[in-house]
Amino acid sequence: MAKRYATGTLAVQDVGLTIERGDFLALLGPSGCGKSTLLRMIAGLDAPSAGSLEWADSAARRDIGFVFQEPTLMPWSTALRNVTLPLELAGVARPEAEQRARHMLARVELAGFENAYPRQLSGGMRMRVSIARALVTKPRLLLMDEPFAALDEITRFRLNNDLLKLWQDERFTVVFVTHSVFESVFLAERIVVMAPRPGRIAAERRVPAEDRAAAEFRTSPIYAAHCREVSHALSDAMAA
Amino acid sequence: MSDNELLPEYQEPGFLGLSYTMWLRILAPSLIGLLTLGAWEWAVRYYEVPRYILPGPILVAETLVRNWGSLSVSLGITLQITFMALAVAASLGLALSVLFAQSRIIELSLFPYAVILQVTPIVAIAPLIIIWVDNIQVALLICAWIVAFFPILSNTTVGLNSTDRNLVDLLRLYGASPWQVLWRLRLPTAMPYFLAGLRISGGLSLIGAIVAEFVAGSGGRASGLAYRILEAGYQLQIPLMFAALVLVSGTGIVIFLALSLLSHLLLRRWHESAGAGDRR
Repeated sequence: MAKRYATGTLAVQDVGLTIERGDFLALLGPSGCGKSTLLRMIAGLDAPSAGSLEWADSAARRDIGFVFQEPTLMPWSTALRNVTLPLELAGVARPEAEQRARHMLARVELAGFENAYPRQLSGGMRMRVSIARALVTKPRLLLMDEPFAALDEITRFRLNNDLLKLWQDERFTVVFVTHSVFESVFLAERIVVMAPRPGRIAAERRVPAEDRAAAEFRTSPIYAAHCREVSHALSDAMAA
Repeated sequence: MSDNELLPEYQEPGFLGLSYTMWLRILAPSLIGLLTLGAWEWAVRYYEVPRYILPGPILVAETLVRNWGSLSVSLGITLQITFMALAVAASLGLALSVLFAQSRIIELSLFPYAVILQVTPIVAIAPLIIIWVDNIQVALLICAWIVAFFPILSNTTVGLNSTDRNLVDLLRLYGASPWQVLWRLRLPTAMPYFLAGLRISGGLSLIGAIVAEFVAGSGGRASGLAYRILEAGYQLQIPLMFAALVLVSGTGIVIFLALSLLSHLLLRRWHESAGAGDRR
């Protein structure tokens, strides 16, 4: 899958980016660098004012899961019915939709909470429901807009681990917007550093899979080295 | 690694299945009510106020029981108008607000007229409506409806417009039709607002029905509670007047409680306003 994009809007300018199938790509940058705008354009929620997106496989265009910064659940529906929503909109029959949703809730470790309403769930659990809803259609592309920014650090680490595991098992493509250097290094193989005013791509860094395989990656010297490098790239981008 | 547990619902300590707060909410107003009635009865007897000026509460109660046969018929007639007006107000208010939510132009063109209808005193236009509309029942219904429908219309319109933008985006992402967005998103979001409007409109439709009956009163065919109040006033049967008044107020309270209960039952599982820790 490849897409190329360029626009003359103030939010994002002259962005050219190719995303390969199976990538875990982080868009890293300060607020106002247009990373969310870019994500919304990939999702088709906003149209680029110049330039275009090209899809190597045009069917992938409609095959997207999206996770917002807030869990964005329907408060009047149970966890299960929140997760079946995309399937029901796609015309999947109720029994099959529920079965798939149950399976997906179990994957995000929420088995037993199918009938809980969002207000009964903690922030981390709500976000898990949101992730289950995004993945229940088995999308080829998962777009995440600072999904864990509002969570406490312990919950964030846990969800980072779980997301990574899901990605390693299923190998969907992820574009993950974040303003955390540490989160981007921990999760992503490709880190695209963006600079603000106007939003543009400033640098790209890679964290090879073999580095991530290191024991206790989050506390390893390799992790620290990558964080330092990405941090520098980010400071350079903001100074430029 | 399990932080997975349901957040505990707030449970207040209580007595006989009701929380202490709930008992306070029942007992304190009851006590005030009893004290007031007692003082009233005492004052009437002590100062020997004639019954055609101010009857005591015991006499009013006796009159109510003695005239229950005819009063209950009038109550039935008033209730019929009230509930029909409320039903029409609810369905038409809901339908109009959905229409408003679908088209900004329709909302901007029609909403001012809804406001005009709302701010025009019903007593002033009720005679016109009663002259124009031959069927007195229909005329009363229209009057009660005019008073009752605005809170539902304006509340539901606000509710339909307060949909979570991200959820709208999400549904668009999955290719939902405008109809699906309305049905799955906007209407459930508007539900608490609609129910709050309904609670206000319940009381208003009773007031509308009574006011219209007052205006139509001399027509004589519609012998609702308002007509009984008028009639009792002409004949200086003040205890009967009070008895009818008690019925009107009681009906209003029952309507409000019933609609509050309906709202609670529909929202308790998901909406903050109906939570276990509700203190209003």
